[in-house]
Amino acid sequence: MARAKAVKSQKAVPNKAAGSPLALYRTMATIRAFEETVQRLFLGGHIPGLVHLYMGQEAVAAGVIAELAQTDFIGSHHRGHGHCVAKGGDLDKLFAELLGKRAGYGLGRGGSMHIFDPANGNLGTTGIVGGSVPLAAGAALTAKLRKTGQVAVSFFGDGVLNQGIMFEAMNMAAIWQLPVLFVCENNGFGEFTSIDDVTAGKDIADRGKAFAIPSEHVDGMDVLAVQKAARTAVARARDGKGPSFLICSTWRFSGHHVGDKQDYKEDAETKAWRKRDPIAQLARKLVAKKQATQKQLDAIADEAKSAVTKAAEAARKLESPTPADLMEHLYAE
Amino acid sequence: MPSEKMLTVKDAILEALFEEMARDDRVCIIGEDVGVAGGVFGQTKGLFEKFGEARVVDTPISEPAIFGMTVGAAMAGLRPVVEVMFGDFITLVMDQLVNQAAKIHYMSAGGYTVPLVLRTAVGVGGNLGPQHSQSFHAWVAHVPGLKVVMPQSPADAKGLMKAAIRDNNPVVFIEDRTTYNVKGPIPDGDVIVPLGKANVVREGRDVTIVAVSRMVQIATKAADILAGEGIAVEIVDPRCIVPLDRETILASVRKTSRALVLDAGHLDYGITGEIAAIISEQAFDYLDAPVARLAAPNVLIPCNTALEPLIVPNEQQIAQKIREMLNA
Repeated sequence: MARAKAVKSQKAVPNKAAGSPLALYRTMATIRAFEETVQRLFLGGHIPGLVHLYMGQEAVAAGVIAELAQTDFIGSHHRGHGHCVAKGGDLDKLFAELLGKRAGYGLGRGGSMHIFDPANGNLGTTGIVGGSVPLAAGAALTAKLRKTGQVAVSFFGDGVLNQGIMFEAMNMAAIWQLPVLFVCENNGFGEFTSIDDVTAGKDIADRGKAFAIPSEHVDGMDVLAVQKAARTAVARARDGKGPSFLICSTWRFSGHHVGDKQDYKEDAETKAWRKRDPIAQLARKLVAKKQATQKQLDAIADEAKSAVTKAAEAARKLESPTPADLMEHLYAE
Repeated sequence: MPSEKMLTVKDAILEALFEEMARDDRVCIIGEDVGVAGGVFGQTKGLFEKFGEARVVDTPISEPAIFGMTVGAAMAGLRPVVEVMFGDFITLVMDQLVNQAAKIHYMSAGGYTVPLVLRTAVGVGGNLGPQHSQSFHAWVAHVPGLKVVMPQSPADAKGLMKAAIRDNNPVVFIEDRTTYNVKGPIPDGDVIVPLGKANVVREGRDVTIVAVSRMVQIATKAADILAGEGIAVEIVDPRCIVPLDRETILASVRKTSRALVLDAGHLDYGITGEIAAIISEQAFDYLDAPVARLAAPNVLIPCNTALEPLIVPNEQQIAQKIREMLNA
């Protein structure tokens, strides 16, 4: 019988090297350089549509995804470039997609909020708040029913905490003990509105606990803390012990989208969060513990920057889709 | 054919499910009361006992996430048949259906496929009222990326369900409850009815009726009445409204020069308007009368024995409309 490649039984083991502190640093530096480049290109008029940047939240994608195998699944959201990069996305194809070039993941037709990378288990960024939560839970359902050993991670923002579909998916993940992590990236704002103004209850973690899902708060600016929490949760999922809920407190250094003036943020608050920049924070730790020299880290950051710049420059020269591409892939064979 | 057996539409679909689940272990059933209970209409009876809880999954009443998880499950390698109990409840899954299922193959440039069947029961009858009688086939047909199947006979229902399960796209499979107990012959063996191929149910020279699902059966009654008056009606059943077999419809109209399009769904902005437009645009020179339409009035469906029968066009109204078309 024909079987989909994606569900072949496999030993899904994360790559140890991918989770080393220096590898985490490299991943975060790559995401930061990627987003700074996207911002520059967007402001220069080279990127059509809307982009939502991940700067400031790098520790969440880097820390969680370091604990996953390539065959594991992630569901991303509208602020999803960081997840795509961390999950092994090809920088050339990512820039091509953002710039509307035919060589992109979706022939340049999807852009920032519609990036899918099946080779790396990326179920997609999405323009619907909460849209990918059931996709990740559903991929976990396949993993469970077909005993593939895969794990799925659903990344979502604090805005999803008030979407009904999250509760429905959590309930089913709990009753069926699905191998899924619900990772809330709480950056304090749903678009321009503070989470405190629109979210009832004393503790977000209670929303997971209501379903008897192990739920914990994590410092989302500390990549090592994120990685540690993810390691426990992934192991639990992989052992058939069901879902986990991680609430990673973080901060988006940019606005909701590029061009957002961010009048709703207090300057003092922004300054305080800036001091906790996840990349600088890891650098300080590694240097203090003598696990790396600043020179080494600067070299990694420079390499990341030049890889990103090279990909972005190359993508600018690529072809746009042709009119024939408009109707391609509407239906599968 | 001596080897043919007789089955109802409901049991024909169930037989398709048994056969497809036995053929391919990626096929599974997901929905409310589909497992232990065997379906609210008995439409999944026996599947749980035969295939077990890993293949026949009972869910909570959480349509949006049930359907969304089915989409994710399909992306990861399952081939789910997900049930939305009543067609009205499709409104609850519209976001995941429209914004995820229909778009993922295109947006991933073919990287992912979403091979799933959303089966749902519709139908006016039994006084179920305005939230349990609607059919949103025109609504889902309006969304690029979905296929929409509307069977009427047992043989078609079985063959189309098998085709829908083997299709690599999200397929909305709309079953009219009022056809569930219609009996008919089922061919032996693994017979597939391809999606997008119309069936000329009845041949005739005078007028073409285009109808799907239960309207084919009501049209057949009207054609029987008119046959007694010397009027020969041709009935074309597209079987799928997406993809729509335009060629078979147009070929019939070019032959008869008259077309009446029927639907059990609402008239306004519904499938009758679409099909009438196709005929008017592409067979205008062949027409001896304007394309006519009969469908449900644009009103909600009352839970009332005196009013409910006024919703779906009946055989007398259809026969009268055709007499008017021929006398025009």
